[in-house]
Amino acid sequence: MSALLWPAAPAPLAAPGAAVAAEAAIDIDWVVLSPVAIVLGAAIAATLIEAVASRKGAGRVAAQPGYLRVVQAGLALLAVAAAGLVALRLALRAGESIGLTGDGALVIDPMTLYLQLAVAACALIGLLVITDRTVQGEDAFAPQAAAVPGSEYEQRARRRGLSQTDVYPLVLFATGGMMLFPAAADLITMFVALEVLSLPLYLLSGMARHRRLLSGEASLKYFLLGAFGSAFFLFGAAWVYGATGSLRLSEIAGSVGSASGLDPILVVGLTLILVGLFFKVGAVPFHSWTPDVYQGAPTPITGFMAACTKIAAFGALLRVVYAVAPALSWDLKPVLWTVAIATMVVGTVVGLVQRDVKRLLAYSAIAHAGFIMTGVAAWSAEGLAGSLFYLFTYGVATIGGFGVIALVREVDAEGHIRAEATGLDQWRGLGKRSPVLAGAFALFLLSFAGIPLTSGFVAKFAVFEAAFGAGAAVLAIVGLACSAAAAFFYARVIVAMFFESAPQGEAAPLAGVGIGVRTLGLTQIAVGLSLAFTLALGLVPGWFWNFTRGLAQLLS
Amino acid sequence: MNVSVYLILASVLFVIGAVTVLVRRNSIVVFMGVELMLNAANLTFLAFSRMWGDFDGQLAAFFVMVVAAAEVVVGLAIIVSLFRTRRTVSVDDENLLRG
Repeated sequence: MSALLWPAAPAPLAAPGAAVAAEAAIDIDWVVLSPVAIVLGAAIAATLIEAVASRKGAGRVAAQPGYLRVVQAGLALLAVAAAGLVALRLALRAGESIGLTGDGALVIDPMTLYLQLAVAACALIGLLVITDRTVQGEDAFAPQAAAVPGSEYEQRARRRGLSQTDVYPLVLFATGGMMLFPAAADLITMFVALEVLSLPLYLLSGMARHRRLLSGEASLKYFLLGAFGSAFFLFGAAWVYGATGSLRLSEIAGSVGSASGLDPILVVGLTLILVGLFFKVGAVPFHSWTPDVYQGAPTPITGFMAACTKIAAFGALLRVVYAVAPALSWDLKPVLWTVAIATMVVGTVVGLVQRDVKRLLAYSAIAHAGFIMTGVAAWSAEGLAGSLFYLFTYGVATIGGFGVIALVREVDAEGHIRAEATGLDQWRGLGKRSPVLAGAFALFLLSFAGIPLTSGFVAKFAVFEAAFGAGAAVLAIVGLACSAAAAFFYARVIVAMFFESAPQGEAAPLAGVGIGVRTLGLTQIAVGLSLAFTLALGLVPGWFWNFTRGLAQLLS
Repeated sequence: MNVSVYLILASVLFVIGAVTVLVRRNSIVVFMGVELMLNAANLTFLAFSRMWGDFDGQLAAFFVMVVAAAEVVVGLAIIVSLFRTRRTVSVDDENLLRG
C-alpha cells in the first residue's frame, strides 16, 4: 500500500507500455493527497473485510467471528492515526508541494492540512469512544440494525450477544469525506465530499443499541433535512456556474468583478451555496435537525459527528467565504451577520430551557456555530485564525463531553447497564457517585462557557477580538451577551452534579439515576485526551495560537 | 430555443420540490421532492453548459446522478426500516424527539 501512496518519483502513473495515456494524464500529487487516500483506502478495505469475513453458524442470526472486531477497530484507528500524522508532517513542511492538485479539483494548502489534522485528531478520539464496550461486552450499537425493535428476531440477536462491526467502514468513509470537504477546489468536488461525509452519518445515527425508536427517528430527520440542504447547495452551484462559466473556486473568484451583468445571479447562487453549508454547520434558521439528531443518535456517534462535521463544514464555509466571496463582501455580509446573530441568540435562549443533557449540548453546539461564525463574518486574517483555533478546541472538548455522557448510564436492579441517563434530573448528585467523571464534565462545560484557563476562553477571545478589530463590534457584543447567558445553563448542570442530591434518596440508590459505568477503558482514555488538550490549550495557548495565526497569514 | 426557458423551468421544478419537502407529510413524497430539486439543479447545469459551450456542466450532471442514486439507497433503507417498526411513513408520526 505504501508503495502505491508514496511514489519514488513524481507520479509514475502510467506504465511504459501505456504511453498513450501520458498526454492526457492528469497531474495528481499522491503525496499531498495521502491523508485522504489512506482513510478512504482503509474504508474500502474495511468494507471488503466486512463482506468476506465468514459468519459462524447458518441462518439469519449468524455470529461474527471474534477477531473481526479487533481487525476492524485496529484498521480504523491505524488509518486515521496515520492520516493525521501524514497531514501533520505535510503541514510542518508547508510551502513545498502545496497547491492545486488532481487537475485543479483539490487545493492542499496549510488551511486544508490543518483542518485535515483536526478532523483526524477528533476522529481518532471519537473512534476510541465508538470502540469502547461495557464490562458486559455491549457497545453502543444495535446487535442487528436491520431488526425491527421489539421483534423476536431482535430478541434472539440480543440473547446471542451479537454485535456488528459495520460502523467502522461507515465512520471511515465519513472521516474521508470530512477530510476531502475543506480540500475541495471546485464546487462538484465539494458536493461529492459533502455527500460522502453525510450519507454514512445518516445511517450511523439510526444504529443505537438502546432507545431504537428515537434513533430511527433521528436518522430519518437527519436524512431528509440533510438531503434538502444538499439540494440547495447544488442548485446554488449550478447558478454560480451559470454566472461565471466555471466550477473552479479560483476561476469564480477571478470573474466576480468582470461578469457585472450576471452579478445578481452570482449572488443568488452563492447565497444558496451558503444555505447548504449553513444546514451542515447547524446555523439558524437551518438548525432544526441538530437537537433531534444529537439526542437520538448513539452517543459516541453524536460526539464524532458534532466535532468532525463542524470542523469539515466550517472548513468548506471558510473556503467559500474567503476564497470566492471577498469581492462580493458587501452583498454577502448582511447574510453572514444575520445568520451569526440569529444562531448565537437562538442557540443560547432555547438552550436555557432544556432538560436533557444531550439536547442541551446540541443547543450549545448551535450557539458555538454562531460564535465561530463571528470569526468568519469578521472577514480578516485574525477572524480566520480565530475560527480555525475555535474549531479545534471546540471539537476536542465536544468529543470529551459526549464521551462522559456515554459513560453515565442507568443501571437496573440486576446490575445490568442500560441506556445513557440523559435527563438532567438523573445527573443530580453525580459528583458524589462518580466524582472523576463529573469533574471532567464540569471542566468541559467551563470550556464551552469560555471560563479563563480553559481553551474555550482563548477561542472566544480570539474570535471576538477579531470581530472588534474588523469593525463588527455588534457581532462581538451580541456574542459576549450570549456567552454570559449560556454560562448560566452550563452552571446549572454543574450545580445539579455537585450541589444537589439524587432524587430518590438512599432507598434505591441506583434506580433511575445516572452513574459512571465500568468499560474497557477506551472512553476514559478519550476523555482524558480531550481534557488534556482543553487544559493545555487554555493554560499555554501561545504556541497553538501562533500556529493558526501563521496559517491565516499564509493564506491572506 | 432560448436558455432562459430552461432556467425558468428548472426554477419552477426546484420550487415545486422545495414546497413538497416543506408541505407534504409522507416521507416518501418528501424524498421525491428532494429528488425533484436535484433534477432541477441538473437541468440548470445542462442549460448553462449549453450556454457557455463547455462540458463542465454536463460532467456535473453525471456526478449528481451518481450521488442521487447513492442517496436513494441510503434514504429508502432508512424509510423502510422505520416503516417496518412503526407501520407508517408519515413524518408527523415521528414525534418522539422534541423540546
